[in-house]
Amino acid sequence: MTTRGFTGRGRGAGADQPGRLPPGQFLTADFPVLSAGPTPHVPQEEWRFELKVGPRPIKSWSWGDFIRLPIARVTPDIHCVTKWSKFDTSWEGVSIQDLLADAALEPPTPYTLAHSYDDYSTNVPIQDLLGNRGMIAIAYDGKPISADHGGPARLLVPHLYFWKSAKWIKGLQFTSRDEAGFWELRGYHMYGDPWREQRYSGD
Amino acid sequence: MPPEPVRAPKLQWQSSAVIAIEPRTPTVKSFFFKLPRALNFIPGQHMDVRLTAPDGYQAQRSYSIASAPEGTDCIELAIELLQDGEVSPFFFDTVAVGDEIELRGPIGGHFRWSVEDGGPVLLVGGGSGVVPLACMLRHRAARSGSTPIALVYSARTAGDIIFADELHAMHARRDGFHFIPTLTREANPGPGQRTGRIDGSLLADTLALLQATPKLVFVCGTNAFVESATDALVALGVSPSTIRTERYGG
Repeated sequence: MTTRGFTGRGRGAGADQPGRLPPGQFLTADFPVLSAGPTPHVPQEEWRFELKVGPRPIKSWSWGDFIRLPIARVTPDIHCVTKWSKFDTSWEGVSIQDLLADAALEPPTPYTLAHSYDDYSTNVPIQDLLGNRGMIAIAYDGKPISADHGGPARLLVPHLYFWKSAKWIKGLQFTSRDEAGFWELRGYHMYGDPWREQRYSGD
Repeated sequence: MPPEPVRAPKLQWQSSAVIAIEPRTPTVKSFFFKLPRALNFIPGQHMDVRLTAPDGYQAQRSYSIASAPEGTDCIELAIELLQDGEVSPFFFDTVAVGDEIELRGPIGGHFRWSVEDGGPVLLVGGGSGVVPLACMLRHRAARSGSTPIALVYSARTAGDIIFADELHAMHARRDGFHFIPTLTREANPGPGQRTGRIDGSLLADTLALLQATPKLVFVCGTNAFVESATDALVALGVSPSTIRTERYGG
């Protein structure tokens, strides 16, 4: 349905790079913040990251342990379900592949839940985290990640809508089934592919 | 408690006619839409709006619902004009009564409240962040609710207070609702008018008015506004798990 009088005159930035913006998204130069509650302030010296299989802890890293793991750099485009996209964002962190290697763990199930300090969680299939598709990011734009953007560490899965890139991450848990996380229990899509516009549960 | 996982059918786009447009402040207009069928929603939820150009280009945005769920098959979306925006200037300059706009929703399973959720409830709004909070208050009024509830609302000037008359009238009923506006850039504040940003002391005074720890707190505004208000609330001892936020802008 064409909207009377709408030409998209202001479409501007991003529209000149067809194929780079997923459907329904617009390009922003800002980095908007969205979260369900207050920002937790987690000092690096208190931060820990735990890998679990179901209820069973496999390995846990302190900040000091964690930053000695191989550090990868990526510059993906990111896409938020609230419609903004941002191009060429620069992150550093530890790939999930390297993390599993450090724990000598082969993926025991196809599903994971990421857990955060604010009790947020989100589900991501392990296939979407391997092969440098997912990392635990510890720096943005060359600097430590600020608390409101998820620091000290957040998940980064840039090919899915950005709510999957859990802020204030404290652990990754393999689950036997695909278990819904925080937003997935509240009407948002279980997988969240921006290119298929999987915003809400029925999409 | 979180809801059960939703296996809902796809939310369909529905063409909805604009039946009225009402200026609320110099930068906010309300658009009233006649829906093809009644919408069941919970206050705090939003709608997605989609515009389509003749060449197929589309733009989508989300806007909070301002009207109460009780009543008619018409909903009100209050839209703030963002000068460098793409969608809000179109609404302000071009959209007229009788136009058809595509909407889908309701959306949002966390930032929402209805009288069944109980209280006390603290609402903290900055600028157009008051819209979903006003929806909660209109719903409470429509249901003749008596939940203790307070709204702390920061606006630039007296003329920037959205729904001012309605909020003052609700306050005047003395039915457990307290309206506490504060103005950040008002040159000539009226007698008794609070000025300045929302801070720990204003929030502490408001918590005291509620007389009990709030069961739920809803904070909506820019990210900077929400960060500052929620940090102050947590410092006052409000449990982070009771605070729900909605943020917009950079």
